[in-house]
Amino acid sequence: MNERSGEIVKFDNVGLRYGTDPEVLSNLSFTLYPGSFYFLTGASGAGKTSLLKLLYLAQRPSRGAIRMFGQDLMTMPRERLPGLRRQLGVVFQNFRLVPHLTAFDNVALPLRLAGADEGRVTKAVSDMLEWVGLAHRGQAIPATMSGGEQQRVAIARAVIARPRMLIADEPTGNVDPEMALKLLRLFEALNNRVGTTVVVATHDVHLLKKVPDSLIMRLSKGQLSDPTGALRFPPRPSGAPGGRA
Amino acid sequence: MSVPPLPEVPAVAAPTPAAMVAKQPSAAPLLPRPRRGGLMPWVIAILIALVVVAAAGGLALRNLAANARADLAAAVTVQVIEPNPDLRSQRGAAAVGVLRGIDLVRAVRLVPESELAALLEPWLGAAATSGDVPIPVLIDVTLTRKASPAEIAAIETRLAARIPGARVEAQSEVLKPVYRALAALQWLALGLIVLVALATAAAVWLAARNALAQHRETVEILHLLGGTDSQITRIFLAAVLREAAFGAMVGTALGLGAVWLLGQQFAALDSGMAGGGALMLADWLAIAAVPLAGVLLALATARMTIALALKDML
Repeated sequence: MNERSGEIVKFDNVGLRYGTDPEVLSNLSFTLYPGSFYFLTGASGAGKTSLLKLLYLAQRPSRGAIRMFGQDLMTMPRERLPGLRRQLGVVFQNFRLVPHLTAFDNVALPLRLAGADEGRVTKAVSDMLEWVGLAHRGQAIPATMSGGEQQRVAIARAVIARPRMLIADEPTGNVDPEMALKLLRLFEALNNRVGTTVVVATHDVHLLKKVPDSLIMRLSKGQLSDPTGALRFPPRPSGAPGGRA
Repeated sequence: MSVPPLPEVPAVAAPTPAAMVAKQPSAAPLLPRPRRGGLMPWVIAILIALVVVAAAGGLALRNLAANARADLAAAVTVQVIEPNPDLRSQRGAAAVGVLRGIDLVRAVRLVPESELAALLEPWLGAAATSGDVPIPVLIDVTLTRKASPAEIAAIETRLAARIPGARVEAQSEVLKPVYRALAALQWLALGLIVLVALATAAAVWLAARNALAQHRETVEILHLLGGTDSQITRIFLAAVLREAAFGAMVGTALGLGAVWLLGQQFAALDSGMAGGGALMLADWLAIAAVPLAGVLLALATARMTIALALKDML
C-alpha cells in the first residue's frame, strides 16, 4: 500500500507500551487520507498524545506496522527518519519552543534544518509571523511571550515548511475562544489551500463543530472508535486537494 | 473569521547535513553560548599545560642524552695506576707515546696532576694534594671515530704490553647508568603525556555527556523538526571547538611560561651537560603541535560521545 492508492498513513494492529507497563494503545488499525482534516478526541489519559507521538515519529510502536508516505516505518533505518520528519509539521502540547531562540529563529528552524537559503528564510519567516499576527514579536524570546503568542509561534513553525501532514496536540488549550477559532481557521486554510492533511488532538468537543467536514477519531483507554466512519472509508474522493470541497 | 492567504515559502533543497551549520553566522546559535565560567576550558588548559611541560622536558632530556653520547662516543680514558710517583710519571709519559702511535687515536691529553687534584679535592680534601694518596695518571684520548669494544680491547693490550697497570675505559661506558636514567625519564614524560591525553579525553567525554543532558530538550526538538544526527553533532562540536581552543591557548601559554622559567634555571647552572638539553627548532614545532593535538583529541572524543548518545534517541 502506498500514496498512489490514496493513503498517507496506515496503522495496522499497532500497540504501544512504555517499558514493561500495560499497553497505552492497543490494536490500532486505521488509515489517514491526503488532504483530510481529522480531530482526535478522547478524555485525558486516553492515549491521544501517545498516538500523536507515533504519528510525528517520536516513538516507535511496540508491535504492529505503520506506513507513512508509502514507507514502512518498522524497517526504516533511523538515518532516514529526518527526511520523513521534514514532511511533518507538529504543534506540541507544550509548544516545545527552543527557549533561548527568538520567535523568528524558532519559526526559521525547519527551513534552516532543511538547508533553505538564508535570504529567503528571512522573508518567509517574516511573512509567516505576520500571518499569525506576531510580526512585532519576532525578536522576543519564548519566556517573554504569553501562552497564546507561544502557541502561534509553534503553529508558525509547524506550517512554515508546508508540511504534507500537520499534527497538533491540544493547539487551542492555552488560548481564549476567539484565538482558538482563529487558529482553527489557520489550520483549515492550510488544509484547503495547500492540501495538508491535518490531525488535531483535542478534548474540547465544541471545537469539533467549528470545522465542517472534519473527521473524528475517538480514543478511549487506548482503543480507537470511529463515529464518522472516516477511518474505514476514504473521505469524499471528489474535489481537490484531499477529497474535501 | 477571515484568514489571509498563506505566505510563500522558499523552495527547500535536498537535505544537506552541513546546511544548518554553514548558515549559523547569520542565524542565532542553536545552543546558548556557554558562560566562560564553565570548567571544561580550564581543565583543558591545565592538561595542555602539563603536556607542554612534559613534552618539553622529554625532548630536552633526549637532546641532552644525544649530545652527551655524541661527545663521549669517540673518547676513551686511560688510567695508569702506580703507587710510586716517579715511576707513575714515567709510565704516564710512555703511555702517551704508545697512544700517539695508534692510528685510531686522534688526540691525546695527559691530565695535569693539579687538575686531577682539583677534581678530587671535594671528595678527598687536603689528601688530594698531599701526595699521601696515590692518584693514578689520567689520559684523555680522542679517537678518530667511535671505537668498537674489540678496538678498545686492542688499545688496552698494546698499552699493557709496555705499561703495567694501564687501563682503558670508554667514557660512554662510564655514563651508561646516567643514560639509562635519562631514558627512564623520557619514558616517564611520554607516559605522562599519554595519561594526560586520556584525562583530556575523559574530561571532554564527561563535558559532552553533560552538555547533551543539559540540552536534551533542544536536541529532541531539532530531531523532531527533521534535524539529522550530523547537524546536531556539528552544533555541539562548534561549542566544543570554542572551549577546547580557548583552553588550549591558555594551557599552551601557561606551559610555555613554565618551560621558559625552567630553562632560565638550568641556564643559570652554566653546566655543559645541561646546555646539551637546549630545545631545537623541531622541538619547538613539536611543542607547538600540542595544543592542536589537544583540540583535535577533544573534537574526536566529543564527536564519538555525541554520536553514541544520539543513537540512543529515535
